[in-house]
Amino acid sequence: MKKQNRSQLLTFIKKEFMHVFRDRKTLLMLFGLPIAQIILFGFALSNEIKNSKIIIIDYSNDITTKQLIEKIDASKYFDIDTRIESADGIEAEFKKGIAKMAIIFPPNFADNLQHTGKADIQVITDGSDPNVATAITTYISIIVNDYNAAYNHTSSLPLQINAEMRMMYNPELRGAPTFVPGVMALILMLVCTMMTSAAIVKEKELGTMEILLVSPFDPVSIIISKLTPYLLISILNLLIILFLSVTLLELEIKGNIFLLIFESILFILTSLSIGLLISVNATTQKGAMMTSLMSMMLPTMLLTGFMFPIENMPWPMQVFSNLVPSRWYFITIKNVMLKGLGFSSVWKETLILISMCVLLFSISLRKFKIRLE
Amino acid sequence: MMEVDVIRTENLTKKFGNFIAANELTFNVKKGEIFGFLGANGAGKTTAMRMLCGLLEPSSGKGMVAGYDIYTQRDDIKKNIGYMSQKFSLYDDLTVRENIRFYGGIYGLSRKEIAAKTAELLTELQLEKEAKVLVSQLPLGWKQKLAFSIAIVHDPQIVFLDEPTGGVDPVTRRQFWDLIYHASARGVTIFVTTHYMDEAEYCNRVSIMVDGVIAALDSPANLKLKYGANNMDEVFYQLARNATRGE
Repeated sequence: MKKQNRSQLLTFIKKEFMHVFRDRKTLLMLFGLPIAQIILFGFALSNEIKNSKIIIIDYSNDITTKQLIEKIDASKYFDIDTRIESADGIEAEFKKGIAKMAIIFPPNFADNLQHTGKADIQVITDGSDPNVATAITTYISIIVNDYNAAYNHTSSLPLQINAEMRMMYNPELRGAPTFVPGVMALILMLVCTMMTSAAIVKEKELGTMEILLVSPFDPVSIIISKLTPYLLISILNLLIILFLSVTLLELEIKGNIFLLIFESILFILTSLSIGLLISVNATTQKGAMMTSLMSMMLPTMLLTGFMFPIENMPWPMQVFSNLVPSRWYFITIKNVMLKGLGFSSVWKETLILISMCVLLFSISLRKFKIRLE
Repeated sequence: MMEVDVIRTENLTKKFGNFIAANELTFNVKKGEIFGFLGANGAGKTTAMRMLCGLLEPSSGKGMVAGYDIYTQRDDIKKNIGYMSQKFSLYDDLTVRENIRFYGGIYGLSRKEIAAKTAELLTELQLEKEAKVLVSQLPLGWKQKLAFSIAIVHDPQIVFLDEPTGGVDPVTRRQFWDLIYHASARGVTIFVTTHYMDEAEYCNRVSIMVDGVIAALDSPANLKLKYGANNMDEVFYQLARNATRGE
């Protein structure tokens, strides 16, 4: 096929932008969706648990316990419930659902600490909501460990608590960092596949595709013109998400921003190719959108690792998750954005994404051409 | 004046597996002619038309369109033909002017040519006031006329019309045919498929396809004479009632 001259291509791309900007509802969805998601996940659906009621029963009542209690009280995660003074009242409070956790300092706490260098604290948690229980147990161990570190700089620890945990990269267990890469993967995947497949199928539905094919405009240029607006819109979307994450959620982008954008564009191109592939088989816009939604949204949410850990899934699902492009994108973004790692740490994922992109694009291009014959 | 063939086919055949959609079609269309291409649903009209437009590769046989070979010179053919499909084929969410500009643009017309064409076309269709109106707001008849004018915006040698007047009222259909005559008078060859037999009467020559072959090809007057019919409807019925392919 002969190459199009530039002005023909520009005419076509301009027309595509007109379609996008004339359709106010879709436009609103395109840009409203990421903003709404960021705000929802950032505030409403935060998995941080703040202001949990905690019962503290201090049988030891010495300087160490006083300092520890002060520290717990100062934390935004806990409100101390002072009404209960003996261990017998704990269960009743748990049953009423008021308190989530109780801490008991045994009478010999200070004694043990002074003489053996070790002392136990009893931590009782309401396990009826395991997620909350795990989270607040972690908060408490962080506070105690912090206290240990401040109290004694030598290697031997005067206090020991059962659960020792260290959260790297997200020491406060903030919700925002983990979901931002997930939202990025989800939004870019959805926008790219749904919008492009619908835009191409629309021409088929209208009957304009046939006119275009009879014209001297070659099929590859049709595809390029169709994809261009969505590529640019997705890049804009990406920048909006990053901007909101930094300003609204106070998320720090630790790695190289250009690497981040490069990886994202790679992922966008992969998603656009999937959209193209869907459009080859779909005959109606609704069909194309449904296919994109069903085949992309669920795998992206479930098999990417941002909602449920892949390591805990049955092995067939683990194997299948390797085929989901967003899985690799998610890992890459987490490494670059949250951990501040460079290209050397994500080259494998990048390579996988590049191969997926090239493979998908050439398959859909070939199918698109065959379809015309 | 010497008559020039703008379409010439020889035993043009298209098979899909065992099914022969178009069987050994041999015909020619002269420059400036209005050539009616008739046939029941499934008779092979669309297949034949798609082969001529370069959308479909023939299985065997020869074909020349606008002086170019349908196997090897499809790109040249595409530049020299216009096409209007049975589906309404303009962009609803673009204005009249934007549609003209877009189709002119993809056929490679210059900015100047497009401006001149747009003005000419709007005057001819009396759509000057509607230039900035979205196509979705035009009545169907106007859309159809606009679609035809846009199909020939690049001054093609031949324009292929695939059931262009489906769902249009008789008055608009008449106006639509005025446009066709007008184009034909300018030397544009018209290749038109239709279901309306009164429209077949407007054609210079008519070919009737039955079950993938051309069953008859002549001027409407000669066909009526040959089949002893009063109108094209009867001619068509006599030929098509023996068809074995249904819808």
